[in-house]
Amino acid sequence: MTGNIPLEYFLVLSTLMFFTGIFGFLTRRNLITMLMSIELILNAVNINFVAFNHYLYPNQLQGHFFTLIIIAVAAAEAAVAIAIIINIYRSFKSIEVDKVNQMKN
Amino acid sequence: MPMNAYSYTLLILLIPLFSFLLIGLTGHKYKPIISGLIGTAGLLIVAVLSYMTAIKYFWTDHVEGTAYTSFKAFETTWLHLTDNLTINLGVLLDPISVMMLVVVSTVSLMVHIYSLGYMKGEKGFARFFAFLSLFSFSMLGLVLATNIFQMYIFWELVGVSSFLLIGFYYDKPSAVSASKKAFIVTRFADLGFLIGILMLSFTTQTFDFQTLVSSDGPALTHTGGAVFMGLSAMTWALTFIFIGGAGKSAMFPLHIWLPDAMEGPTPVSALIHAATMVVAGVYLVARLFPIYSIVAPDALTIVAWVGGLSSLFAAIIACTQNDIKRVLAYSTMSQIGYMMLALGVSGYGGHDGLGFMAGNFHLFTHAMFKALLFLGAGAIIHSVHSNDMREMGNLRKYLPITHITFLIGCITIAGIPPLSGFFSKDEILVAALHHNIYLFAIEFLVAGLTAFYMFRLYFNVFWGKERHYHHTPHESPLVMTIPLMVLAFGAIFAGFLPFSELVTSDGLPFEAHINYAVAVPSVLIALVGITVAFLMYRRTSAAPDKVASALGGFYRGAYHKFYIDEVYLFVTHKIIFRYISQPVAWFDRHIVDGTMNLIGNTIEKSSYLIKGFQSGKVQQYGYVFISGTILLVIIFVYLW
Amino acid sequence: MNILTLFVIIPVVTAFAIGFSKNMKQTRVVAAVGMGLQLLLSAYLVYAYLTERAAGNVAEMLFMYDALWFESLNIHYLVGVDGISVAMIGLTSIVVFAGIFASWEVEYLSREFFISLILLATGVYGFFISLDLFTMFLFYEVAVIPMYLLIGIWGSGPKEYSAMKLTLMLMGGSALLMVGLLGIYFYSAPDGAPLTWNLLEISKNTIPVEMQRFLFPFTFIGFGILGALFPFHTWSPDGHASAPTAVSMLHAGVLMKLGGYGAFRVAIFLMPDAAQEQAWIFLLLTATSVLYGAFGAIFQKDLKYINAYSSVSHCGLVLFAILMMNQTALNGAIIQMISHGLMTALFFALIGMIYGRTHTRMINEMGGLMKVMPFLSVVYVIAGLASLGLPGLSGFVAEMTIFVGAFQHTDAFHRTLTIAATASIVVTAVYILRVVGALLLGPIKNDHFNHLKDARWFERISTVTLVVAIAAIGMAPLWLSNMINVSLQPIVTKLSTATSTFVSLF
Repeated sequence: MTGNIPLEYFLVLSTLMFFTGIFGFLTRRNLITMLMSIELILNAVNINFVAFNHYLYPNQLQGHFFTLIIIAVAAAEAAVAIAIIINIYRSFKSIEVDKVNQMKN
Repeated sequence: MPMNAYSYTLLILLIPLFSFLLIGLTGHKYKPIISGLIGTAGLLIVAVLSYMTAIKYFWTDHVEGTAYTSFKAFETTWLHLTDNLTINLGVLLDPISVMMLVVVSTVSLMVHIYSLGYMKGEKGFARFFAFLSLFSFSMLGLVLATNIFQMYIFWELVGVSSFLLIGFYYDKPSAVSASKKAFIVTRFADLGFLIGILMLSFTTQTFDFQTLVSSDGPALTHTGGAVFMGLSAMTWALTFIFIGGAGKSAMFPLHIWLPDAMEGPTPVSALIHAATMVVAGVYLVARLFPIYSIVAPDALTIVAWVGGLSSLFAAIIACTQNDIKRVLAYSTMSQIGYMMLALGVSGYGGHDGLGFMAGNFHLFTHAMFKALLFLGAGAIIHSVHSNDMREMGNLRKYLPITHITFLIGCITIAGIPPLSGFFSKDEILVAALHHNIYLFAIEFLVAGLTAFYMFRLYFNVFWGKERHYHHTPHESPLVMTIPLMVLAFGAIFAGFLPFSELVTSDGLPFEAHINYAVAVPSVLIALVGITVAFLMYRRTSAAPDKVASALGGFYRGAYHKFYIDEVYLFVTHKIIFRYISQPVAWFDRHIVDGTMNLIGNTIEKSSYLIKGFQSGKVQQYGYVFISGTILLVIIFVYLW
Repeated sequence: MNILTLFVIIPVVTAFAIGFSKNMKQTRVVAAVGMGLQLLLSAYLVYAYLTERAAGNVAEMLFMYDALWFESLNIHYLVGVDGISVAMIGLTSIVVFAGIFASWEVEYLSREFFISLILLATGVYGFFISLDLFTMFLFYEVAVIPMYLLIGIWGSGPKEYSAMKLTLMLMGGSALLMVGLLGIYFYSAPDGAPLTWNLLEISKNTIPVEMQRFLFPFTFIGFGILGALFPFHTWSPDGHASAPTAVSMLHAGVLMKLGGYGAFRVAIFLMPDAAQEQAWIFLLLTATSVLYGAFGAIFQKDLKYINAYSSVSHCGLVLFAILMMNQTALNGAIIQMISHGLMTALFFALIGMIYGRTHTRMINEMGGLMKVMPFLSVVYVIAGLASLGLPGLSGFVAEMTIFVGAFQHTDAFHRTLTIAATASIVVTAVYILRVVGALLLGPIKNDHFNHLKDARWFERISTVTLVVAIAAIGMAPLWLSNMINVSLQPIVTKLSTATSTFVSLF
């Protein structure tokens, strides 16, 4: 089914997503946005995994499994991160990274 | 001679030490007078033992016609320094140490008794007696030292006792500064002594007096050796040692502490600054006399001239001072100058050693009459509460005993026969005449000056116009007058001791005769001095002022002690404090410490500069990380 | 158990016990008991040592104990003592004991204070008993670190600055030292043989002269910084001025001696050739220290600064004597370490007590204290007299031994420096008498001084202990000097094997 779409398409898409994520991570000061950027980076990697798995080793599933693990870890990470962010918000009344510069408030 | 027959002399040292510790540690627990009695009783025993020793040594155990031996009654090792050099503590008996033993214990005992009355009711009575005991211990230890290092040890101890006693009235700023001055000036001289000891001991590899002065010992057989600035090592060593002696004996120019030391209680002045401690320098030279005489005659010449000039210098100043204790202090300096001169002009052995004998003889008689004069002065001060002779006059009717004994003292020091001062002074003059006519001339002049200033003092105090006193002066109690009488007795009769048969440079007795060619003129010039004083001061008149103004600048110079104190003050405060000490303190704070702080600050600054790299901001790290990665990718993929 | 190990264990146990104490009273009693035991143990050690020697035991070190600690680097826990270390241990015990009583009334965090103090002492004891260079260095660091806390927390004045300065400078010294010690380690055995940290083993080997030239300055300066070597002494005035009483006592009394001891035991002993060659530089520096400290002290107004500069002068004399490298001078150096340790501890104790009453340390604000506190004043005078070298007190013995020893060198360079150093006795007299005059004598300057009380019982214990030790050494120095002399023998023998000769400046 997907045999018609060339590998390059996937790669271009994942590269775009990856650098979008990097750009967002480096430039945004809002913690939520930074978290979203990280998700973008992870998903770019997921696309690569799946795509390469399909084109290089069509009979195996390691790439898919890896993707699933990454999704699970990313979900856990997002949960922890958001919990932290909420706590930070409670104590600093802000989720800007620059404001969070003290160990205790 | 049985050595252990004299072991008991150790007690002479231990008893005062014990009473010092006893009074010092427990003195505040009982009545003050008990401390005084403990100290005095201790000294009494010491005096008795000393007399026993003297009689035994000079007469009982001595075989007629033989030389007096020197031997150690006791000795123990105190500290090993090198293979050869060991500091011992012990008791050395020879003619001069036994003679000094008598002097020290007699005067000390008299002063102890006298102080029981003089210091009565003073705060710190117990402390006073503790210090007196400490002093007696130290002085006796010095006298009995078996080696030069033991002498140095006790030398320092007498210095500190003197410091403590001068500063006895420690809430009086003048007393405090006088005590400091005395200690520091003598300490400075002691530095010379120490360097001298180091040089001497290095050259001879021994500290021991007996070894040092034995005719086949390392010192006397020492020939030449290293020469520095034209003088041999031994000459240098002995000159340095003499600096120590000069400091302790208040020789010019290290004399400045002695007049100020009169801030101490008068009995202290009598004991320490007249009779015993200040003659330690003379004793030191006498101790090493064979070496001075045989190996280092140049150093001995220095001794003679320093002694001569000091005696003249001090005699001139003494004529102008008004504080009776200061007059006596300068007189002491002058008389010690005599003794130094006597040693300086002496030769070694037989009749050549006349100067040596005379110097020691004068030391002996001087101790008696100067202690007498000081204690007399103490009695005067005690009764009129002033030191200034201008506030005294016609005291003879109030203080009869003091008057008579003081007069005896004055006649003795003036050198009128047959009192003791005449004999000893005459022999010094004879010795000086044989050696150097200039020194003789100086001493001859000083003899006249001495008679003049002593009788100036005497007439001013006991004759002249009656002054207004706060309360009628009264004679001192017996406890004070008895020591005066005892010392007056000593002053009169000490001259009849056959000194030339007892204390000689080589231990062998010789005959000394009165040389009338010297004796008659010296008595005459003394009489001239007395007459002048009589004419000027018998009645209170304007004559002294006229003489003073006629002398003009010279008088003012003498009155201000020739500004030596000012010179010292200038050197210490203006030069040493301002140009050495203050810059050192500044240098330390600003340059040395500044450098250390600079290093610290530089590190802090540079860490501040680079601490931006460690901001803790993940985004910044990520930025750097990714830029780096891209850079590496570009390099490795495209440029490689 | 080895008796020496007890010297480390007792303080540690005491520190633990203090941790369980409930209040200040318990704390100080525990500390006093612990350190009292330690003092008794030291007395026993001296006795045991002397009996062993009398019984004819001529081993270089006695009571040795060896346990492998870290195999790959061949680090041992190796302890043993000779007469010198026994003497130093005795000194430490006396000063620590007196220090505990001098800080009897530390109220603020007293438990932590005593624990740190005792930890410091542990380090010092460990240093003196160690024969393994690494263990020695370890204990050295243990002793230095609590210093920072003690000054930083319980100090006075600019305490953070002083604590920082002191610790950093001493750490700088440690860094130099580490280089030196590692260097020694890598040349500790002839080619092929296993390397060792063992002091005695190393001394049997000769470190190549080129390496000695390189390592000697590191080691000597590293230890010298702790011994207040000019110009690395500036931590001393500031550190002492800010430190609390007992810490000043321990620091000046004992810790600074680690420097002298190390310089002598490690730097000179193991590298005699380089020591001979480079001695002239350090002799110049130490002679400068001696005079410079003394002159510097004349002009100070703060009692603690005066004493700190005086320490620079006296410790300078220790290093000076060590560099003279003959038996007499070395003996003098050791006695001077002990003597200075005792009297400077006494000085700092007294300054602390006086400061606790008058609340000032400026001498121009005080006067006439003799009247209101005779006991403390008399003890102060005794300390002063010891410091200016009065016979009968310990300072004299030490100084004279050093001077006579130093004078055994015949060349002009040594002679000149020796005479310059002797001049310090006059300058010392000047500043000591100045302080005594201004502080104790004269009229009372401030009315409120009239109500001050004399020493309390614990202060008397503290000061009397030190005075007795000072007087004991001063009056009967022979046994101490002999004890040290015997132990100096192997060291002097080793020094005489040096092939290099002294390079004279002129």
